[in-house]
Amino acid sequence: MTTPLLSVNGIEVIYNHVILVLKGVSFSVPEGGIVALLGGNGAGKTTTLRAVSRLLKGERGEVTKGYIEYKGERIDALTTYDLVKRGVVQVMEGRHCFAHLSVEENLLTGAYTRNASKGEIDASLEKVYAYFPRLKTRRTSQSGYTSGGEQQMTAIGRALMAHPTMILLDEPSMGLAPQIVEEIFEIVKDLNARERVSFLLAEQNTSVALKYSNYGYILENGRIVMDGEASSLASNEDVKEFYLGVSSGERKSFRDAKFYKRRKRWLA
Amino acid sequence: MAAKKNGPVIALGAVLAAGLAAPLVTGSPLGFYLEVLIGGLMAGVLYSLVALGFVLIFKASGVFNFAQGAMVLFAALALARLAEWLPAWIGIPAGFPALTLAFVLAAGIMVGLAWVIERIVLRPLVAQDPVALLMATLGVTFFLDGFGQTIWGSDIYKIDLGISKDPTMILESMFQGGILVSKEDLIAAVIAAGLVILLALFFQKTATGRALRAVADDHQAAQSIGIPLNRIWVIVWAVAGFVALVAGMVWGAKLGVQFSLAQLALKALPVVILGGFTSIPGAIIGGLIIGVGEKMAEVFLGPPLVKMWDLAGGGIENWFAYVLALLFLMVRPEGLFGEKHIDRV
Repeated sequence: MTTPLLSVNGIEVIYNHVILVLKGVSFSVPEGGIVALLGGNGAGKTTTLRAVSRLLKGERGEVTKGYIEYKGERIDALTTYDLVKRGVVQVMEGRHCFAHLSVEENLLTGAYTRNASKGEIDASLEKVYAYFPRLKTRRTSQSGYTSGGEQQMTAIGRALMAHPTMILLDEPSMGLAPQIVEEIFEIVKDLNARERVSFLLAEQNTSVALKYSNYGYILENGRIVMDGEASSLASNEDVKEFYLGVSSGERKSFRDAKFYKRRKRWLA
Repeated sequence: MAAKKNGPVIALGAVLAAGLAAPLVTGSPLGFYLEVLIGGLMAGVLYSLVALGFVLIFKASGVFNFAQGAMVLFAALALARLAEWLPAWIGIPAGFPALTLAFVLAAGIMVGLAWVIERIVLRPLVAQDPVALLMATLGVTFFLDGFGQTIWGSDIYKIDLGISKDPTMILESMFQGGILVSKEDLIAAVIAAGLVILLALFFQKTATGRALRAVADDHQAAQSIGIPLNRIWVIVWAVAGFVALVAGMVWGAKLGVQFSLAQLALKALPVVILGGFTSIPGAIIGGLIIGVGEKMAEVFLGPPLVKMWDLAGGGIENWFAYVLALLFLMVRPEGLFGEKHIDRV
């Protein structure tokens, strides 16, 4: 079996020295894959992404157990700067555009870690505009005044400017209209197919995430409780009921929910 | 909504403008009036130079750098003393060559200082309360005040830029007696203008400048795309150190390098409140308004007060800036040109 692009092995994350958030999470992302991390609020999705992208320190968190490998090399001692240089970029939850910079300036900051010539940067910029034609029309607007969808596109475009092999995408659907969400995921799929960018995707919107990813992991309370091919997860009865909101017929009683909880512990 | 917000600002502006025009209406000679005006503008330029340093650091790191005044003093001391010592050390001719070399060395010292501050003060305090950082810069202030004396001495030193301090008469044909303007002040204004243009180009046109603005907007996002915050902090403190050096040079040449420089630098506080904490043009224009305002108030508001209520009438220069800043805080807290908070609702 070939080494995966990214493998996370039994990591534990503690915030503020006391709050245990991840309790041994392991998963891997193959080269060219789109892998979804699913789960509700507080499950540990964002923490997992931050652990990979080395952004925990600013939140006073640290990885206390386990290790993370990228292309077979340990990356848990690198800085975010080094990691971006090696091709792993995170797009943060809630878009986080530079509000007072224009859309184009936002994109250009994404190329900060590259020692590229002006020509190469311009080429990357054109490529981003080709994927997100909407951004081209808004290139001179202050990004704080653009719509939520445009900001999400700016954030993804900005990450693309770093010429990544892997993007960690945190909750791209947050606060966006379903139509825009579909549009953004179509572009993600396109980027994956044509630019060979691998994605690790953290999402609450399970149905969209499973539609566009190849493989999924379900996180709950800092543990991975279930994983599988996206199609098999989408057709799993429990996933359907608890994450997709589709139930099979009559309403379930609280007893069944309790049964499910018991079973989940056993799974973990 | 907009009208409601701008009303008090316009009112305050009108009062200020009326105050500015009042001496003319009440019949002071135009020549004297212009002299006071120009004197105020020149003082304002000096305030602006210090305020610039505040704005740079606040923009990029959200830290209110209390130590900016101490940095001005430290840089000025370094410049003055090095210019004095270098001829003896390496036999460089005193005067302009020694001063130039001293300037380069002092700039190097300020960059080194920025690096040290980032390493031992800012880095350990990452992700702490802003108050902790403010206190830390307060500590840096006292350290620099004292340490500066330890290295450079505590006397009053001169910086001789080789420009005559004698005032020159201009526009003699237009006014009786002409207007007295100090050449030194004019050069200070040119230096300040040059520095502002340089900074504006740096911030708007270079990749590093763009990264600095990005960090100012959202440091987490900046970090997530690989902008190393530590390096950015060193850069911005170094730039602020360089600005402090220029301010120290101009001020030191005018008033002599002495401890009171650090205190005068506190005048930059009302300037940044007026101009906006995040705006470079704001620091300049705020400085000019404060400079002109306090000179005008001192010269033209003092005497009537004495006449009307038999007050002593002095010292208006000392409080005017702060009262103006207070009024501004009430009507427009983000300052004249401060970045408005962009909120999505």
